[in-house]
Amino acid sequence: MKNIKIHTENMYLYYGSKMALNNISIDIPENKVTALIGPSGCGKSTFLRSLNRMNDLIDSVKIEGNILLDGINIYDKNIDVVSLRKKVGMVFQKSNPFAKSIYENIAYGPRINGINNKSELNDIVEKSLRNAAIWDEAKDRLHDSALGLSGGQQQRLCIARTLAVNPEIILMDEPASALDPISTSKIEELIVQLKENYTIVIVTHNMQQAARISDNTAFFYLGELIEYNKTKKIYTNPDKKQTEDYISGRFG
Amino acid sequence: MNKFKSFIKRLIGKFKEKKYNSTDKIDITNKRFRWSDFIAEKIIKSVAFFSITIIVLIFIFVFRESFPIFNFGAKEKPKTEQTSDSQEQYGVPAAEPAQQEQYGVETTEPAKQEQYGVETSEPAQQEQYGVQTTDDTTMVENITPVEETASGSTHDDNKQAVKTLITKEWQPVSDRPRYGLIPLLIGTLKITIISLLFAAPLAIFAALYTAVFASKRMKELIKPTIEMLAGFPSVVIGFFALMVMASFLQNIFGYDVRLNSFVGGIAMGLAAIPIIFTITEDALTSVPKTYYEASLALGATKWQTAFSVMLPAATPGIFAAILLGIGRVFGETMIALMATGNAAMMGINPFESVRTLAATIGAEMAEVVFGDTHYNVLFLIGSMLFIFTFAINAIAEFWVKGKLMKKIQGK
Repeated sequence: MKNIKIHTENMYLYYGSKMALNNISIDIPENKVTALIGPSGCGKSTFLRSLNRMNDLIDSVKIEGNILLDGINIYDKNIDVVSLRKKVGMVFQKSNPFAKSIYENIAYGPRINGINNKSELNDIVEKSLRNAAIWDEAKDRLHDSALGLSGGQQQRLCIARTLAVNPEIILMDEPASALDPISTSKIEELIVQLKENYTIVIVTHNMQQAARISDNTAFFYLGELIEYNKTKKIYTNPDKKQTEDYISGRFG
Repeated sequence: MNKFKSFIKRLIGKFKEKKYNSTDKIDITNKRFRWSDFIAEKIIKSVAFFSITIIVLIFIFVFRESFPIFNFGAKEKPKTEQTSDSQEQYGVPAAEPAQQEQYGVETTEPAKQEQYGVETSEPAQQEQYGVQTTDDTTMVENITPVEETASGSTHDDNKQAVKTLITKEWQPVSDRPRYGLIPLLIGTLKITIISLLFAAPLAIFAALYTAVFASKRMKELIKPTIEMLAGFPSVVIGFFALMVMASFLQNIFGYDVRLNSFVGGIAMGLAAIPIIFTITEDALTSVPKTYYEASLALGATKWQTAFSVMLPAATPGIFAAILLGIGRVFGETMIALMATGNAAMMGINPFESVRTLAATIGAEMAEVVFGDTHYNVLFLIGSMLFIFTFAINAIAEFWVKGKLMKKIQGK
């Protein structure tokens, strides 16, 4: 694999004294979609959140090992977490637009980065909404409350909001788990388009979804990385028995 | 005896809900009347209605007492107290019932009213309208005029009083009493503004710190401490303001009048801070955590998140907090009485003494003649406090819900 974007090495994560991630070593390539699958509570969301240090918000979390982003250890004490999060954006499981207008939701990111020029902001808002494939639905109601959008639209708005700060990597934590099939397929299409310009790491419970959109798949189980390979290989001919059982639904 | 026992047993059985064993089949056709639920529901309902009724009754009472001053000419109804007052006679012959009829005064119990000699209206008295406000003056004045005088409020008293309501002087006890409410109103507004300017930013920032920045342990320390202050007796704050703060602030700012609206405003701000803090903190804490995470994930700092996301999202709660703070300051009597100087002055200078509406009631109600114009005016002030509080709430509700929220949250 060339152009490794994120590289983790012997990474351990503890909640208090409980080990949540056990010796994770993984290489996430640039401009590809990497899917993390596994049963609930296996640590895939925890792993995802440690990639932009959202786990810092939880006091009891302790991390050992290295996570290298473009060769830089993001848990180094000289790292500016705020800039890191600009570089590594995140879309959450539950769509969480702010209680502001659609326009303000998108403009929030650029604004906190110091962009106040009205026309520049307008451009960014339009571009982000177009990239997130929600421009047509939202263009006539930019100044209406974002909470008036449907669930699928809200989630795409959240993606647009993430795109507006121009990150390099987008982390997605089950972005389509609460959506209907049509909204889900829209988001999946979107993800496939986005990988041209962004590196995407996505956590999903939907095995078909992982198979459809991802280039690489990592299977987590009980805090360990069981298998990581090309999606095709994982779904057709996995190396490990556990992976095969999980994917074929014969698990547990 | 056995028969009686079985009867009791059956009676109890009727009221007792049958306990089902897990093996029993649940019978849904047997509709039962659930006594305990029924009674609990009724009790809760009646308690709720009781408390609402009491509030309404207070409201009605205050309004009714202030009503007579607007009602000159038509109906005159001084308050009659059955026990102690009825013995008091100022040696003034009461007006004859016949005379009362002449002026179209409705009296329910002429015989009783004669005793007090309170409720008559004489054309001859018109010149002396304001004289009879206190017991002493009435006594003195009553000697000189030949005919009957009254020691209570009369039409003309009231008429005159209403005329003075929108003047600049509050001189209820004088030869010519003047009931100008404007200085009181200005005093109250001044105090309210000063105390809110002092309390609201402090309380909101403290709440913001506690809700967003403070560690869990810090939060557990700060919140109960400030909430405890909400129960702090206002007389203690007033005393503190009177003895300590007034001199301290005077030394710093070097103004002339030691007790003024500035000192009073700050002291009342101290009383309002815990209220504003508590409700703001609750509002901020109840902002969904996902907002906070989403903002941080976009690369915002904690401050940017707190200011641009948390505060706007908590706006309705913060406004409710400020309204309650206003309510507290508006109705605060003890601190106003002790720390504001109680001089009904008009200017906008914050370093002048002021007299607030609530403090006026507090200071004068105990010494006023029952049923007198002054008495009625004090109740009018009471109803004004009521109405203002309502109005502030209504306007804020309308404005926050209607305009501000749309601006912040989109249509």
